[in-house]
Amino acid sequence: MNIDRRDFLKLLGMGSAVLVLGQGGRAGAADMAAGKDDFMFVQLSDTHWGFSGPQINPDATGTLKKAIAAVNSMKTQPDFVVFTGDITHTTDDPKERRKRMAEARDIISGLKVKNIRFTAGEHDAGLDNGEAFQEYFGKTRYTFDHKGVHFIVIDNVSDPTSSITDPQLQWLGDELKKLDKDSRIIVLTHRPLFDLYPNWDWWTRDGAKAIDLLMPYKNVTVLYGHIHQENHHMTGHIPHHAAKGLMFPLPAPGSLPKRVPIPWDASAPYKGLGYRSVESLSKKADLTITEYPVQNG
Amino acid sequence: MDNTMLTSKRSIVLVALCILILSAGLAAAADQAAPAQVIKITAKKFEYSPNEIRIKTGVPVVFEFTSLDRVHGFTVPDLGGIRLTIEPGKANRVTILAPKSGTYEFHCDLFCGDGHEGMTGRIIVED
Repeated sequence: MNIDRRDFLKLLGMGSAVLVLGQGGRAGAADMAAGKDDFMFVQLSDTHWGFSGPQINPDATGTLKKAIAAVNSMKTQPDFVVFTGDITHTTDDPKERRKRMAEARDIISGLKVKNIRFTAGEHDAGLDNGEAFQEYFGKTRYTFDHKGVHFIVIDNVSDPTSSITDPQLQWLGDELKKLDKDSRIIVLTHRPLFDLYPNWDWWTRDGAKAIDLLMPYKNVTVLYGHIHQENHHMTGHIPHHAAKGLMFPLPAPGSLPKRVPIPWDASAPYKGLGYRSVESLSKKADLTITEYPVQNG
Repeated sequence: MDNTMLTSKRSIVLVALCILILSAGLAAAADQAAPAQVIKITAKKFEYSPNEIRIKTGVPVVFEFTSLDRVHGFTVPDLGGIRLTIEPGKANRVTILAPKSGTYEFHCDLFCGDGHEGMTGRIIVED
C-alpha cells in the first residue's frame, strides 16, 4: 500500500507518525516538549557527493553545505544526525571513491552536532562490499540506543545483490531477541525493505524476511532513502518513511518509463530536495516527522 | 451382447489408443524437431543489446547473455521475478516463458556503477 500525503494524514490515528511540513528550514525544528527522554534527530539522505550534471543540479557542490548550514541554524539542535545512504556518488576508481568520501566526511564534520550516524547506500558500498565506506564512516550494520529508543542500522547494499543476506538476518534476529516486544525501535536503512517498485529496483530482495522479524514488535518505524522523495507506506503496523535526497529528485514510482533524475527547475531551484527532523516523545508512541526543503540563498 | 458387437467395441478402443499414442509420439517428435528459439543478448556498462525483445505468448525462448565487461544481473520482476547473474566469459542462459501478452520491463539488479540505474530493457510479448 502506497499512500500519498493526504492518505498519510488519514493514517495518523493508526499509530504511525505525525507529518509536519516545515516552512522555513532555517528558523528551527518543532518545539520540543520538556520530557527528559524526549529528543529530536535529523535525517539527511542521498547526498551523492561527487555527482556532476549541471542540467540536474548546477549546485552539486553547494547543496549538502546548504543543508548542513540549515541544520546548524535550527533553534533546537538535534541530539544527533543520521545519513541514510548514498553519501557519495559511485565511481569505479577506488582512489576517487575514497577522495569523495574524505571530502564528504569533511563537509559533514561542519555540523555543530557531533553525534552522527551513517548508513551505507549502494553508491557508497555496492562496488567494493563496503570496504571504503567502513574506512571513512564505520560499520555498515550496528545498533545504538538513545533515550529509551533502540536504533538498528541494516545494510542492504554491501552485498552485490542488494540483499540483507542470511548472516545479517541472523544478527538482526539475535538483536531483536534482546528486546521487549513493546520496545521502541527505529530501523535505519537505505533501500525500502518492502516491494515499493521492483521494476525500478526499489525493494530489498530479502527485505520481507527482515519485516517478518520486526513484525512481532509493536513500536517499529523504518526510515530509509534511496528513492529521493518522500514516501509513506505501512506493512501491517510498521510505517516506512522514505526521505528526500540532497542532490536530485527522482520521479514517483512507475510514473515515467525510466527512473531518471528530474532535471533542475530554474524557476524553483532545489525543488524536490530536502531533509527532515524526527521527534520522539517519551509519552507518545508516534514520531513527529517534519520535512524541510533546501532553500535558495 | 453378441460376440460381433464385443469385437467391434474392442477394435474401436484399440484404434483410439493407437491414435492417442501416435499423436503423443508426433508431438514429442515435433518438440525435438523445434528446439526453443535462442536470442543472444550482450550486456555491458550500462546497456543490454538488444534492449527491446519481442517474443510470442506461451512460447519458451532462451535468452543467452554474454557480458562484455563485468558481472551484471538480469531480472524481470513481472515475470515471476525471474533472474540471472551474467558472468563474463561464459554464455549465461535463462528460459523465458510469458503466459500473457504485454510489455515486461527488465533491468540489471547487480549494482554495476555510475549508470547502473539506466541499464534496462523491455520484453514485448505478443499473441
